[in-house]
Amino acid sequence: MITPHLPVLEVALPLVSAPICLILRSANVAWWVAVAMTWAAFAGALMLLAQVLDAGPITYALGGWAAPWGIEYRIDLLSAFVLVTVTSIGSLAILFARASVAREIPADRIYLFYVMYLLSFTGLLGIAVTGDAFNLFVFLEITSLSAYVLISLGSDRRALTAAFRYLIMGTIGATFYIIGVGMMYMMTGTLNMADLAARLPGVLHLRTVDMALAFITVGLSLKLAVFPLHFWLPNAYTHAPSAVSVFLAATSTKIAAYALIRIIYTVFGGPAVFAPMPIDEMLLGFGMLSMIAASLVAIFQDNMKRLLAYSSISQIGYMVVGLSLGNVEGLAGSIVHIFNHAMMKALLFMAVGCVFYRVGSVRLADVAGFARRMPITGAALLVGGFSLIGTPLSIGFVTKWFLLEGALEKGWWPVAAVVILSGLLALVYVWRIVEAAYFRAPAPAVEGIREAPAIMLAPMLILAVVNIFFGVDGTLIGDLATAAAQALIGSGP
Amino acid sequence: MALPDLFNYWLVVILMMIGFYVVIAQGNLVKKLFGLNIFQVAVFVFYISMGKIEGGTAPILLEGEPVYTNPLPSVLILTAIVVGIATLALGLALAVRIRAAFGTMEEDEIEAAEVDPS
Repeated sequence: MITPHLPVLEVALPLVSAPICLILRSANVAWWVAVAMTWAAFAGALMLLAQVLDAGPITYALGGWAAPWGIEYRIDLLSAFVLVTVTSIGSLAILFARASVAREIPADRIYLFYVMYLLSFTGLLGIAVTGDAFNLFVFLEITSLSAYVLISLGSDRRALTAAFRYLIMGTIGATFYIIGVGMMYMMTGTLNMADLAARLPGVLHLRTVDMALAFITVGLSLKLAVFPLHFWLPNAYTHAPSAVSVFLAATSTKIAAYALIRIIYTVFGGPAVFAPMPIDEMLLGFGMLSMIAASLVAIFQDNMKRLLAYSSISQIGYMVVGLSLGNVEGLAGSIVHIFNHAMMKALLFMAVGCVFYRVGSVRLADVAGFARRMPITGAALLVGGFSLIGTPLSIGFVTKWFLLEGALEKGWWPVAAVVILSGLLALVYVWRIVEAAYFRAPAPAVEGIREAPAIMLAPMLILAVVNIFFGVDGTLIGDLATAAAQALIGSGP
Repeated sequence: MALPDLFNYWLVVILMMIGFYVVIAQGNLVKKLFGLNIFQVAVFVFYISMGKIEGGTAPILLEGEPVYTNPLPSVLILTAIVVGIATLALGLALAVRIRAAFGTMEEDEIEAAEVDPS
């Protein structure tokens, strides 16, 4: 049975359950509530996706107020796709979190972790379903504020400073975003995305609208951690608790990419805005810089979490390049990579989290030879590594295929070359982990360790299977992303 | 006395730049947060200015045909103020924890304390 209130329940249930967990003050109960909520949201997301595929976009008027006046939730193919991605990661990461968090966070604070987790989850879902530009800001801040707290729960004191820096940068980004929204409102008198899309083409020649797009792009790029705006990310992911790294690395930057696609393509009409305002060229340049520069830095890291964090910045480059190509293949590559990168980074951070659980360190020198003692974790790391590099039969390859197709359709050989070069650089840094895991003599701390507990292995194995399955058969995700991209580009004037 | 054209917006830009400068230039974490707050307040003024109509009154049903100020930007800013307070509170809480952990709130001293291999 599909209720017509599904879009709002998707957001309201986790939102309401967070304070309930706070009142109950029990880590165990909070975990069960969080598991129930995330899996219910996952089921809801799948139902919404089926509904969208069946009958087209769903709109929901919040509180019964019709669209231009009230806040509208609008779920099209892209929203549903992102919802499924976020909820699948959310529901797997929560399973992983139980054992991992018990080891890394003081016992009296664990229930607070689940409260923040649910709030952050709520914000991510809200961004995906909302059809209102200001409402998006509110959800962006809900998810960011709880993310700062989640990061600060890390056991190292540097987690505190990492969270503080993220707070400063994130708030500047969000404030830039509302400046941009304010300017759009001045020129059009509406905040509803569909309404904005109808009215903006008439005022596209005005300087204020150009500035609005510039502010929003910079603001969301800060949240997205595109190359020169990425400084908050490596420390945040390195010092956060393992379960938080899994959750945030796989979802928070992805949702910023979604928001950027939503603003540029749905609100501003996509390719039509590139002529008066060449943000595509700027994003393309910074995206390629991210891909190369962050990969180069990743090669020289000795801390596995930091290495993966830099690799995230380089992978974000793929999404930015894809959306700035301005054709269906490129945009589909960007959308498909939202899913693919979420799956591969969650898998890799889970593997590293398992290693940390047993060894107590994530430095390459301390964990050398762990794969012989933890064969399943080692294998998961290999699968994730292949996806990062983008070898055939891995999901990374599906992304690369779309991006190359998009770049070559435009005749932009250098872009295609950079995509391939970035894959080669990924080979180097993945090899450093693989070499340490399999071929080096076991470090003292690695002697006598066992495989991680089953509750951590299970979600990791599910993700590994997802990585392989959708890599071998890329058509399902590829077709979904292509259809979503076509809908977005077709929606322009 | 007539105020210069776009007076509010000039004020917004000046306030915003002061706040932004403080965030970047100040090494003290609490001062940074205050800068951030000034930066946000500038945006609040920006929103409220755009909704204001000269001679406009609050949107309460009145006799005749009064000129109303657009209430929506003000309402939006109520939400943004709440977000701003939450951010400031969280930032200050983090600053307290940082001071407890590092014994200082100066950024350069914290950076010096952080430099051990990670």
